Amino acid sequence: MESRLRIFLLKTISALILTGLVSGCSLIPVNDEPYDDSEPVIQPALERRTITEADIDSEDFEATAFVGVMSIEDFGSNVVYGARLAYHITEDFFTEASIGRTEADETSFETLSGGAQILSDSQRELTYYNISLGYNLLPGEAFIGKGHAYNSALYVIAGVGNTEFADDSHFTVNVGAGYRFLLTDWIALHVDFRDHIFKSDLLGNDKTTHNLEATGGISFFF
Amino acid sequence: MWLLAAVSILLQLLVAASVQADDAYYRVVVAEPYMEIHTGAGRGYPVFHVVERGNEVEVIKRRTDWFLVRTSRGKEGWVNRQEMELTLTPGGEKTMFADAAIGDFSRRRWEGGVLAGDFDGADIITVYGAYAMTQNFSAELSVSQVFGDFSDAIIGRISLVAQPFPEWRLSPFFSLGGGLIYTDPNVTLVDESDRTDQIASAGVGVRMYLARRFILRAEYKNNVIFQDKNDNQEIDEWKAGFAFFF
Repeated sequence: MESRLRIFLLKTISALILTGLVSGCSLIPVNDEPYDDSEPVIQPALERRTITEADIDSEDFEATAFVGVMSIEDFGSNVVYGARLAYHITEDFFTEASIGRTEADETSFETLSGGAQILSDSQRELTYYNISLGYNLLPGEAFIGKGHAYNSALYVIAGVGNTEFADDSHFTVNVGAGYRFLLTDWIALHVDFRDHIFKSDLLGNDKTTHNLEATGGISFFF
Repeated sequence: MWLLAAVSILLQLLVAASVQADDAYYRVVVAEPYMEIHTGAGRGYPVFHVVERGNEVEVIKRRTDWFLVRTSRGKEGWVNRQEMELTLTPGGEKTMFADAAIGDFSRRRWEGGVLAGDFDGADIITVYGAYAMTQNFSAELSVSQVFGDFSDAIIGRISLVAQPFPEWRLSPFFSLGGGLIYTDPNVTLVDESDRTDQIASAGVGVRMYLARRFILRAEYKNNVIFQDKNDNQEIDEWKAGFAFFF
């Protein structure tokens, strides 16, 4: 039974191959024109790549490195450094996450008393982080000489965050203003002034402290 | 002679390659009488150049709603999205510079944001990220920092958030979650050691679609902290902030 089936299958296959060969052979002489299956005579010079709207490079993020001076109320001024990451939502608004670090000096009391220390060395480190919303208040162009124009913007910014100082976390509100000067389409210089406001009970009674910061930075859009 | 031919072929190849590299930018054809090119990416920047109908420009990059384009004469400047939408592709089709819109808000997958508010009299800041499993349900992971008079705390929570009307601009939501709260008493004031407790939260809130990928969010949460002491602590939490979706 099985061998019969095999023979039948072999027969049909060989029949198919034969008819295929015959029809193939008969096709060749019918074809009058010299058949050439190489590429067409005229070739498009460039293969146009399919680039869609989605492939346009979107540069809404801006990363900044900054350094400057920060004054900690009652504890003097010191060098502050940090980084920021901004996302430009519209041409007017942007959000910004920021971290910074500085160190506290001695209070006047500590300096005058000679040896008395309010804080240990590790407690003198101040680290802050915050998230803010900024508004490009005065966008414009700045001119250097006759032949150079640069885009710029004066912005105002406010936000909330945390300040770690003297082994304690402080809920901090920050407000400020800054100036962005675009050297190219994707590199900018910044000057920033911020006030970091938080409550502190370090010197006895609870009081609101204002900690002013002035920084300069360089940023890259990506 | 052969060498010369080889060099010329090589040169042609190089030229072709550089042309192809230029071609890597997206191109549009101006379909309106003219397209205005501004000096900066903002509505106030002056128009310094116009491109007439039928001319092609290359689109180099995008910032918010503005596109940096380069004309065939090599002039570079910024064009607003509304004007870009009136252009055609080199193939003659309409271009689509669609922005994230309210439809994307209801279909969002990822969401991340920051909230600030009140946690039983103390200040609280929360950073969260959420993944939408369906239009109605999302899983949310959040970390909060609490700044109290007598103690600070860090809370890590995971919640399930239900949004019954995802297509509404002002869309309410309900959340149910749990996690851990690590309390760090202010050593100068309270003589108590650090502790970690479990926390459960039930909340209600509202999201409002603002523009592009931006949403405002406000919420109330009722928390129960399970303490070793017999009585559990119940805490009201009010927060508001902003978020993005992707």
